[in-house]
Amino acid sequence: MNNLVVLPMVIPVLAGILFVFFRNQIKLQRWISFIVMIGNIGIAAYLLHLNQIAGIQRIDFSGWMPPFGISFVADSFALILVLLTSLVAAICLIYAFSSIGEAREKMYFYSFVNFLVAGVNGSFLTGDLFNLYVCFEIMLLASYVLIALGGEKVQLRESIKYVLINVLSSWFFLVAIAYLYGAIGTLNMAHISERIAESGQTPLLTVISIVFLTVFALKAGLLLYFWLPGSYSIAPTAVAALFGALLTKVGIYAMIRVFTLFFYHDPSITHTFITVLAALTLIGGSIGAVAYKDIRLIVTYNVVIAVGFILVGLAVATPEALEGSIYYLMHDMIVKALLFLLAGTMISVTGTTRIDEMSGLIRNYPLLGWMFFIVMLSLAGVPPLSGFIGKVLVGQGTIETGSYILLALAFLSSIFVLYSLLRVFLQCFWGETIISSEDEIPMKNGWMIPCAILTIGTIVLGLGAEFIFPYVSDAANTLLNPSDYIDAVLTQD
Amino acid sequence: METLTTILTGVLVSVATYLILSRSVLRVILGTAVLSHAAHLLIMSMGRGLKSGEVPILTDEALSYVDPLPQALILTSIVISFAVTAILLVLAYRTYRETGTDNLFEWRGIKDE
Repeated sequence: MNNLVVLPMVIPVLAGILFVFFRNQIKLQRWISFIVMIGNIGIAAYLLHLNQIAGIQRIDFSGWMPPFGISFVADSFALILVLLTSLVAAICLIYAFSSIGEAREKMYFYSFVNFLVAGVNGSFLTGDLFNLYVCFEIMLLASYVLIALGGEKVQLRESIKYVLINVLSSWFFLVAIAYLYGAIGTLNMAHISERIAESGQTPLLTVISIVFLTVFALKAGLLLYFWLPGSYSIAPTAVAALFGALLTKVGIYAMIRVFTLFFYHDPSITHTFITVLAALTLIGGSIGAVAYKDIRLIVTYNVVIAVGFILVGLAVATPEALEGSIYYLMHDMIVKALLFLLAGTMISVTGTTRIDEMSGLIRNYPLLGWMFFIVMLSLAGVPPLSGFIGKVLVGQGTIETGSYILLALAFLSSIFVLYSLLRVFLQCFWGETIISSEDEIPMKNGWMIPCAILTIGTIVLGLGAEFIFPYVSDAANTLLNPSDYIDAVLTQD
Repeated sequence: METLTTILTGVLVSVATYLILSRSVLRVILGTAVLSHAAHLLIMSMGRGLKSGEVPILTDEALSYVDPLPQALILTSIVISFAVTAILLVLAYRTYRETGTDNLFEWRGIKDE
């Protein structure tokens, strides 16, 4: 029992509600949102530390013992993701302060960012399957508003598509939960895992697992990513960075959780599905990333490639590969936020989204150019930056299980990532400078500081791997030994 | 009774699919509402003992009772689908005001600005 576990969800909800009453106090809203995110970082870091000493933490709401009540369970995997969510949200907020504009700020922008973070954190921490659905919906409702806020024509069109596809996938989620409840008779995640282990994974349960796979594939953009490039590329930069860094990761988290905790008994069916989907995602994402000249689309297709890569780790499911997936998940949250912010800044300073209309930006904005160069190397997996370790570990896992096709696709996709971003770098930063120093739009500190923090983040995550590794390894260990999770939840204390 | 609700669920899903595939945005939204009702019925029929005539309360004297969890799930889910339908209607109305049409096929042509 540890009341701290619920705070990463409760504090943002309370802050979001509070802002409704202080609509015009924008300074206040900014400061409180920022402090909330920093506070969440502290709480998550403390809990993560506690996890190593005292084991998995949990809270049973209003004293209802699991499996009867709803509980929040904080294991290392969930806490690592909560920590990075809060970090990325704080940094995107700094960017939003100087880019989002007063009109949006007065229309409860910060409320919805807080609700979004609350939903994301709740999804990571919850130990109840139906509660996971509810947290997903909180997150999605906030994202519906954030994506449509501003009300431009293209935004409205994309948001209608985005809402409809998510309503449909939520419906599938509900149906999957109904079937699982009918088959197993419980919704507590640890209890479900225990009962499936007792009764064996019958064909009926395997079919239900495929329904879950469909749902999370839609949310994470695993093969079913057709909605993703359109909706992520029209949101304002700070929002797009939040979406790119957080939303698909929640789907990935749910998929990893469900397929390591519930449906791990019949990998020849379920994990083969994931393998095929991951491989197709890598191919589709790579083609998308090199096919467009719109920088926003290039960046969003990079999100798709990363989803495929992370799930390669789940598909082979060796300890190394899962560690690699978790490490890559952390890396990707930081780097995708950075990539979206850099691309958004480039669009702001040049006023165009097409890469063939930009040229020679490195002379105008050298810092921006070098940060883009670093993020490109990091995404391609060049040591000592953070992408390297995840790629090595996932690669090791695929070699151990002999899935060489997956290995080849995973590393070919890295080359496509490098090529797609190198094309942007050569086209936009090198070449003839076309913006003269007179009509150069001055770079704002509010744009550069968040990008600089994230750039330092990717370097630190790469160089500090030795220090971070025990946490990642503990997270992977819990995923691979569902009994640890079950014991932590179902023992009375 | 379970068989009947399951058949009804199937009918609702097919109706909703038809509505969602139509061109008018209002029909699509109605389709999503019907779809969520189908899911609610499905959860209800998963509860077992739909027509046992018992109350969902377990006391010392009670011999049998109905599983109360599906009702709780459905209530939560109804609230969520209500919120989502509301936001969809607002979005559709705003888009209608901006474009002057509720035909989804004509929205496709809106140029990116």
